[in-house]
Amino acid sequence: MNQKKSITEKRRRPADKAAYVCIFLFTFLVVAMVILFVACILYKGLPGLSLDFLTTAPNPIEQTIGILPSIINTAYMILLAILIAVPIGVGGAIYLCEYAKNKRLIRIIEFTTETLSGIPSIIFGVFGYVFFCTLLNLKVSLLSGALTLTIIVLPTIVRTTGEALKAVPASYREAAMGIGATKWYMIHTVLLPSASRGIITAVILAIGRIIGESAALLLVAGGSAMYMPRGNFFEQIMGSGATLSVELYRYAYSRGENEIGFSIAVVLLVISVLLNVAVKGINKKLGGEKNGK
Amino acid sequence: MANKIIAKDLNLYYGAHHALKNISMDIKENCVTGLIGPSGCGKSTFLKTLNRMNDTVPGVKVEGTVLLDGEEVYQKAVDVTQLRKKVGMVFQNPNPFPMSIYDNVAYGLRIHGIKKRIVVDEIVEKSLRGAAIWDEVKDRLKKPALSLSGGQQQRLCIARTLAVQPDVILMDEPTSALDPISTMKIEELMSELKKDYTVVIVTHNMQQAARISDYTAFFLLGELVEYGETSQIFSMPQDKRTEDYITGRFG
Repeated sequence: MNQKKSITEKRRRPADKAAYVCIFLFTFLVVAMVILFVACILYKGLPGLSLDFLTTAPNPIEQTIGILPSIINTAYMILLAILIAVPIGVGGAIYLCEYAKNKRLIRIIEFTTETLSGIPSIIFGVFGYVFFCTLLNLKVSLLSGALTLTIIVLPTIVRTTGEALKAVPASYREAAMGIGATKWYMIHTVLLPSASRGIITAVILAIGRIIGESAALLLVAGGSAMYMPRGNFFEQIMGSGATLSVELYRYAYSRGENEIGFSIAVVLLVISVLLNVAVKGINKKLGGEKNGK
Repeated sequence: MANKIIAKDLNLYYGAHHALKNISMDIKENCVTGLIGPSGCGKSTFLKTLNRMNDTVPGVKVEGTVLLDGEEVYQKAVDVTQLRKKVGMVFQNPNPFPMSIYDNVAYGLRIHGIKKRIVVDEIVEKSLRGAAIWDEVKDRLKKPALSLSGGQQQRLCIARTLAVQPDVILMDEPTSALDPISTMKIEELMSELKKDYTVVIVTHNMQQAARISDYTAFFLLGELVEYGETSQIFSMPQDKRTEDYITGRFG
């Protein structure tokens, strides 16, 4: 019964070992899938990539394909949606964190934004079609697309900015108020700079969402990018046009041209990697400054 | 000496909790007044009524009178930012902003619309000297304030308060988060500060109150038990409770 065992005597622990093997396999699977996925897209997409592909519009007569129009459309979409959504989203987050007093109201608004962020984007597309394209008579256009995207990214911006504002120590607020700063002065000189990392992260997340959106935009902004946007700025944003993701969808869907889809996929992949690198870089830079290192 | 601040029949409630009970107290100009008492006795709450930092606490209600230079602090017409410009505050934990040392001190000036570079430079230096930290930071004014040690940060916060050129400085346990040497530096600073300012300081440390304050007030359970010259409070307390507290029988 009371047999003494040496501490050097190894015991078998089969469950331990099995768990280790499983966990290792799962991790390997995740990594392997990413590698496989990226490799597949590069393999299929890279041959079609060329400078002409990136810098021209499709030409049906010469039978050449180019994606410049959709790159421009994407840039417009990012610019417009961010310009509209960031002030509204950051403003809303400031109101929720700094001004709103009614706890129940805050909870309701927070719950609503959470819910909004979980709704499939095609539903926003249907709404955008009815509301922006038809009711406000903005037609199927880049502007309708940007407005629809605004609704789609608002919850992300409000929530991410809100988290960043909540993370600013209360002592900063006290310090500013304690020497006679007004609330708004305190917010724009202390709170917003301290929360800038979170706000920039919010913007980049939003850009990612904008670039990736396809279903909703297909409805409200148009499904093809055969031509360059024409006319002055306002005429251009009132015209219809597909972004990269929508183009990708169109090419992938049409028979015989799905290599082009893969080439666009490579472009999108590169953009999203760059965005991620940007987030990391900004976080590192701002984080370092703050801590004085 | 003249009375800088006069509190009369001051009552404060946090919801149903009666946190300050009929406080009447005159705070003398160009003196250091120490507020002592056990945790939760109302000393910090009283301090915060003097520049209305309690205003933002939900459910707070203040009755009675606080006069600053004869003007009622709790009247409707008061602009709290002007009040806090006159009655600045230094907090328990050093709370510099995540900006440079220079910008921290210049912050208060910018609030109040002083932007001229030469003027700002001059006041920043004067304030840092006033807070006895100039020599330590003069070569690195552009460095982040958060790179300073805790004690330096607290003196920087004092400089930030001085830059606004207040009449009164409220300090809420300014040394309780600091090491003994930093504490000593700040205590030495007090005796300098009172030449130009009226200082009211909350402290947990009775020796500190005895060392630095000219007048001492003893708070207990929201009441002002005893108030008078520090030498008298510590040598001949009139109230049994004061004696028990300063001899360490409770607290």
